[in-house]
Amino acid sequence: MNPVYYLYLAALLFTIGAAGVLIRRNAIVVFMCIELMLNACNLAFVVFSRMHGNLDGQIIAFFTMVVAAAEVVVGLAIIVSIFRTRHTASVDDASLMKL
Amino acid sequence: MENLIALLVAAPLVGAALLLCGGKRLDRTGAWIGSLFAVASFAVAAVLFADMLGKSAEDRAVHQHLFSWIPVGGFQADVGFQLDQLSMTFVLLITGVGSLIHIYSIGYMEHDERRRRFFGYLNLFLAAMLLLVLADNYLLLYVGWEGVGLASYLLIGFWQHKPSAATAAKKAFLVNRVGDVGLSIAIMLMFTTFGTFAFGPVLAATGDTSEGKLTAIGLMLLLAACGKSAQVPLQSWLGDAMEGPTPVSALIHAATMVTAGVYLITRSGAIFNAAPDAQTAVVAVGAVTLLFGAIVGCAKDDIKKALAGSTMSQIGYMILAAGLGPIGYAFAIMHLVTHGFFKAGLFLGAGSVMHGMNDEVDMRHYGGLRKYMPVTFVTFGLGYLAIIGFPGLSGFFSKDKIIEAAFAKGGTEGWILGGAALLGAAITAFYMTRVMLMTFFGEKRWAETPGAAAPGQQVQHPHESPKVMTIPMIVLAVGSVFAGALFSVNEAFVTWLEPVTSFAHGHSPLSATAITASTIVVLLIGVGLAWQMYGRKPVPAVAPRGSLLTRAARRDLLQDDFNHIVLVRGGEHLTRTLVYLDHSVVDGAVNGTAASMGGLSGRLRQLQSGFVRSYAVQMLGGAAVLVAATLLMRGV
Amino acid sequence: MTGLAASATSSGEAVQFWILGVVAVCGALGTIMMKRAVHSALSLAGTMIVLAVFYLANGAYFLGVVQIVVYTGAIMMLFLFVVMLVGVTAADSLKETLKGQRWLAAGLGIGFGILLIAGIGNAALKEFNGLGEANAGGNVQNLAALIFTKYVFAFEITGALLITAVVGAMVLTHRERTERARTQRERSEARIREGKHVPPLPAPGVYARHNAVDIPGLLPDGTPSELTVNPTLRQRGQIRDVSGESLAELKALEQRSEDWLGRGSEDESKPSSSGGQAPKEHKEGAKK
Repeated sequence: MNPVYYLYLAALLFTIGAAGVLIRRNAIVVFMCIELMLNACNLAFVVFSRMHGNLDGQIIAFFTMVVAAAEVVVGLAIIVSIFRTRHTASVDDASLMKL
Repeated sequence: MENLIALLVAAPLVGAALLLCGGKRLDRTGAWIGSLFAVASFAVAAVLFADMLGKSAEDRAVHQHLFSWIPVGGFQADVGFQLDQLSMTFVLLITGVGSLIHIYSIGYMEHDERRRRFFGYLNLFLAAMLLLVLADNYLLLYVGWEGVGLASYLLIGFWQHKPSAATAAKKAFLVNRVGDVGLSIAIMLMFTTFGTFAFGPVLAATGDTSEGKLTAIGLMLLLAACGKSAQVPLQSWLGDAMEGPTPVSALIHAATMVTAGVYLITRSGAIFNAAPDAQTAVVAVGAVTLLFGAIVGCAKDDIKKALAGSTMSQIGYMILAAGLGPIGYAFAIMHLVTHGFFKAGLFLGAGSVMHGMNDEVDMRHYGGLRKYMPVTFVTFGLGYLAIIGFPGLSGFFSKDKIIEAAFAKGGTEGWILGGAALLGAAITAFYMTRVMLMTFFGEKRWAETPGAAAPGQQVQHPHESPKVMTIPMIVLAVGSVFAGALFSVNEAFVTWLEPVTSFAHGHSPLSATAITASTIVVLLIGVGLAWQMYGRKPVPAVAPRGSLLTRAARRDLLQDDFNHIVLVRGGEHLTRTLVYLDHSVVDGAVNGTAASMGGLSGRLRQLQSGFVRSYAVQMLGGAAVLVAATLLMRGV
Repeated sequence: MTGLAASATSSGEAVQFWILGVVAVCGALGTIMMKRAVHSALSLAGTMIVLAVFYLANGAYFLGVVQIVVYTGAIMMLFLFVVMLVGVTAADSLKETLKGQRWLAAGLGIGFGILLIAGIGNAALKEFNGLGEANAGGNVQNLAALIFTKYVFAFEITGALLITAVVGAMVLTHRERTERARTQRERSEARIREGKHVPPLPAPGVYARHNAVDIPGLLPDGTPSELTVNPTLRQRGQIRDVSGESLAELKALEQRSEDWLGRGSEDESKPSSSGGQAPKEHKEGAKK
């Protein structure tokens, strides 16, 4: 087996995550889907690292994790504060930015 | 010595600044301060003149470069002065006559509360005019040109509480603007043609430039000159400008303002010499205006307006002479100088009469004033004899030369121009004699006591003016008597100006003696006719209806009616059409565009649903397009 | 390209990939299809663990461990916390409300996926280097060497980012108390003043088989008293009603004892008709 299959898997996971972002209304689930997409990217990076024979891809994946952690913290905080004021976690209910 | 040139302009400018910014504490002394600065400028001019006389004719032109005004790439505008014989002549005239008028005004404006401001304006006027004649390039000349326009506006409308004065000032300013546009276009043309504004390079380069361009520049310069010098068709402001105080009229007519046009044409002589068509236009304008002004002058009962008509006519002579080329430039300037003397004298005399007659200007309410104002009578009379060209007085020499030069133009043109000039001389003699007779001779058409007043008569206490007014008049009268003779000894004036304007002797088809003789004959005819009409018969206190021509002339030969019908009405129609076009076509297009954009935006707005997920779909679509584009670019 | 270049992995890894790959895809699908957020989170955690295994298989030992510790350990737990906070049982309706959204999403997702896969398939990726040389001195040591030399600025900046995120989260979730909290004394005084429920609220039901806060105590007539349950649970509708069951058992017990004693049951059928009283009780509790 060639490691390129890992890349196909990463592409598949990314696409599933993207579809989830579009389909789900619960903000938390949307967030999970974003995490799924990030993880798919990380997998691709790790596989690239292996294919190129150096560790830079792993470093990028590492940084992605750090950034994802920070993002999750802030994102969930936003969800919690929205939930507190609006009593809902649906992204469709936060649709005030229109005429 | 050349460092003094800037001082010429600076002195009156400082005076103006001091008087206009000085506030009330200068109210009492303002008149004297203003006159002092004018006289100081004259003193500097005299020093420079003496210095210039000491040099040989070729070295007399001096330059003073002050600073670079707008140094931008190929566009170089400098502030610099050029003092040559032509400028010197003007400087002496402006500062000399200007100073006399300042001194006269001390007496004339004695009771006016705003005289400090008046003297500030007068100083400003002098400064602008000096800047105009001293500039060494057209752009700086334009600055002076506009300064003169501003100062004349302020002075004509000095008694702004009178609606007529305010309107006259506005009219003068607007008509002048038309001429100013001509000058600005001429300057722009010069820059595109020659790449510079400086007199030296521009006038030297006329030989290598196409005649068409030079004709265009010349015609624009002529338009400018028409505006400033009140020549047909831009003459209408001059008569109304009489609303200003009389010293202002004297200043505008004798020393500043109206002479600017003659200066411009003479200064640009090289351009006109190379553009015969433009020259023809100049002489045509001059000839028409000299008759026009003379006819208007015949019909006016207002002493100042009669004199204004006379000014228009005399400037017409100068423009005519300037249009004749090298055979005429020197005579144009010579007539300008002598005219400066006698016209200033006449206006100051008229002012003196008004001063003594309670500001009455209608000559039909004058009469028999010679006994009451002897000094005014004598000085005014000498000015009168000078302007009609009485042999031996200054007007005789200068006007005779212009008539001679007009004949010397040659061919039919020469006969027409010479004939017009001669006819103008006759009419001049007629209307000036009329003014003289109506004012100083004949029956009194006023009463000294209310009891003696016949119906329609006014009660007056005519008196001679104070010394501060009469002395300038005497000086000017002396000038108007002797200046012409002095200039003509050995052709002194012509020789003096020749390095600047060049000179050629004209060859008239008639001999000089014949022309002089005919001038004297037409002069006598004009005087005799006037004596017949106004000297032998009593002058009615109310103007008779008069012939059609008289009535038209009283209305300035319908110039305002013409302007109103052709320009104002035409302008109104044009404006209405434009407004209509603006509303329907321009606004329609703009509104249509806006409406269609609005509709489009309304459609586009549907994309802004506010739902994050819709936006996410759009984002993913965009990402897909990007990936597809990348793949395609790589040649999948 | 050195001699390390290879074109295939071991067949063991291939087997592992095909099995775990299916699991990962199932987990991903589960994440986006499960009705309840908790189930989604658990599916996602499964996928992440599978990914951790893949990292290990690809020679990223450090990342594999970090993936488990940070992602499945920390981040997913944070998700679960928030899910619990927001409402664990509130199931999402999967019915689409935006017109055409689902079709657009499916179309775009499939199109995008095809594009990605086409791109990967077109790239010349037949050979790979492997990490044998790069991991020679130990994966963690080599990563550390890179992080603290080549990527030290990025590393420092991520530190700043994390600090900012912490402060941001705190600011976002922190609520300033606008009025002083009432003390216990004030609360009891207010309760006395109102004159309602002067004694403490009744305890939840405690039975032989149930000892939980979500089971209401029964009133003497056998109906459940909702007052005895925490208001949060009451609002979520998470009350387990055991009254019917208990009554039935009680009845059965009595029946049996009657049978045992040989007596007929004639007057014990009253409680069965008292179900209508529950809503009234409920309302009273809500008012409270």
